[in-house]
Amino acid sequence: MSDEFLTLATLIGIAHSGVRLATPYLYAALGEMFGQRSGVLNLGVEGVMLMGAFTAYYAVYLGGDPWLGVLAALATGALMGLLMAVISVTMQAEQGISGIGLTLFGLGLSSLLLKVLVGAPVSVKGFSVWEIPGLSAIPVIGPIFFDHNVLVYLAYLLAPASIYVLNRTTFGLKIRAVGQNPEAADSLGVRVNAVRYATVILGSSLAGLAGASLSIGLLSIFQENITNGIGFIAVALVYFGSWRPLGVLAGALLFSTINAFQLWMQVLGAPIPSDLAVMLPYILTIVVLAVGVKQIRQPAALTKPYERGE
Amino acid sequence: MRKFSWSLVLVLLAGLVFSACAAPVAAPAGGEVAATAPGAETAGGDAAGGDAAAPLRIAIIMPSSITDVAWSQSMYTGLKAVQAEMGGEAAMQISYTENMFNVADAATAIRDYAVDGNDIVIAHGTQYGNAMFDVAVEFPETTFAWGTAIDTGADKGLSNVFAYEAQAQEGGYVNGVIAALMGDSDTIGVVGPVEAGDAKLYIDGFVEGVKATKPDMQVNVSYTGSFGDTALAAEAANTHIKAGAKVLTGSAQQVVGAIGVAAENGVYWLGTQSDQSPLAPEWVVANQLYDWTGVIKDMIAKREAGAVGGAAYSLTLNDGLVIQFNDQAPVPAEVKAAAEKAIEDIKSGVITPLK
Repeated sequence: MSDEFLTLATLIGIAHSGVRLATPYLYAALGEMFGQRSGVLNLGVEGVMLMGAFTAYYAVYLGGDPWLGVLAALATGALMGLLMAVISVTMQAEQGISGIGLTLFGLGLSSLLLKVLVGAPVSVKGFSVWEIPGLSAIPVIGPIFFDHNVLVYLAYLLAPASIYVLNRTTFGLKIRAVGQNPEAADSLGVRVNAVRYATVILGSSLAGLAGASLSIGLLSIFQENITNGIGFIAVALVYFGSWRPLGVLAGALLFSTINAFQLWMQVLGAPIPSDLAVMLPYILTIVVLAVGVKQIRQPAALTKPYERGE
Repeated sequence: MRKFSWSLVLVLLAGLVFSACAAPVAAPAGGEVAATAPGAETAGGDAAGGDAAAPLRIAIIMPSSITDVAWSQSMYTGLKAVQAEMGGEAAMQISYTENMFNVADAATAIRDYAVDGNDIVIAHGTQYGNAMFDVAVEFPETTFAWGTAIDTGADKGLSNVFAYEAQAQEGGYVNGVIAALMGDSDTIGVVGPVEAGDAKLYIDGFVEGVKATKPDMQVNVSYTGSFGDTALAAEAANTHIKAGAKVLTGSAQQVVGAIGVAAENGVYWLGTQSDQSPLAPEWVVANQLYDWTGVIKDMIAKREAGAVGGAAYSLTLNDGLVIQFNDQAPVPAEVKAAAEKAIEDIKSGVITPLK
């Protein structure tokens, strides 16, 4: 039977699953990347995702259009980003700890809101799969990339958009300057903290959207702690991708594809113990982190609050 | 240049406060005391008390939430049923702590509930065993219960511990019979959590039930390695469907996402632990329910008769396990008949799954 494992259909299936599974990681990690490039480490991604997932779910639960859910998630993310920015940029609190605080906050509040406003979770009608006409008919490529819900497509468009913003716009230039050498940026008239507010809020909005991509995209339901650690893996993926959008994209795809691979191997009855199979993506991530990450690319001012010298 | 600002402390506190009050605000009948935060105090007596006979106080620590549509919800539902039968808040009070994935936090909660004077403290997870035994030694008057387990701590000299488990393979077998007859394909998929304990019993029983009914049926089993990885469980369901499955089952709170995927793809689902029909009314064919009311009532009765512990309970189809068909799903009469026959055969001992 083992010769059947890697048929074309299976390979397409693995790639298709991997592309879909990477969605929440992409939103969350690309968003987090903006904050880190400007010097702010936000470990609150998990909590923001949970709140975004809940508000999107709740908007749809109340009868709203899924796009309204997307708006709700973005707005919730932005608000939580503002909170994070006030604490870590203005108040200059230790970034790691304030992020963990934000995660606890999001975990608690989203669970509370679920109980108060919804009670027992029920399924909602979120985004359905939308095969892109024409493109989905292409052999191999079509079923892998063009047979998903719209939030999956948007996640992949976000990667080139991030490259453009970071490398081709003034805003991107300011972000890189602020993250690398805030004193120099400041002396050139860049408002360091304003840039950091913008990136943290942008990153959190995307984290909110990451949550929505679960609750009204892939799962069509909200449950307590539905993210189950995705937010923290997203932070790791930023390091994994050496703070570059393409690196983050590659990391998210690799992690998700390995996960899809191990699921398929289990489903097809490959003789691998399940305990070992489920560890594969994590082992691989650690290995790449250990041997592959170029620390030299880490923004020099990461986790360092900026205070103007006189 | 790092200031530990007051606002940070404020957010941390707010987070804890929100998680701490996540439950009581929602508690349907009011008067319950609940907490999600580790070690949260249970503020004991509520306004409903005040009459001469003090109400029986039961506290439970669980690994997921009371609405997890699985393991935790099954016990909470049982407690509420017994409470209603006994006469409500005045006769019995329930305190609960949810989402105790961290065993160290659970240990604190178990101790707090004992210190607070609860009559029965339920540690609703195998992983809490050691922590619970440690506390049980210090509070010989308090009744402790834990599951999935069979060890009442007798060899440790303890007489105040009950243990409980479910013979999940029995209902698993019946669900397997149903699954084999429901789909019009030759493949069935299983979305497992962790390959151990209750989940493994259920899944192994399920596979046996399928094979006994249709030996040629292909049953694909996968595990996510987690009880709560909803996203991965949903992807596992997608994978099973891509591999040809027309009927799925699975276990633990992670399955809510998988059930959604099943409904989206028009694939039947067989549930276990709690009633999962509300998640996809047209596609959840049947559920194996864990009805703990008998166990709870017997523990209370034994305690009132002077035995604070010492018994091990096991849910079986004869006592506590219920196969519930979902009326909204179209189940052919012959499928129901085959399931009923399997239930009777297991009850009478003609069939013994996993033996």
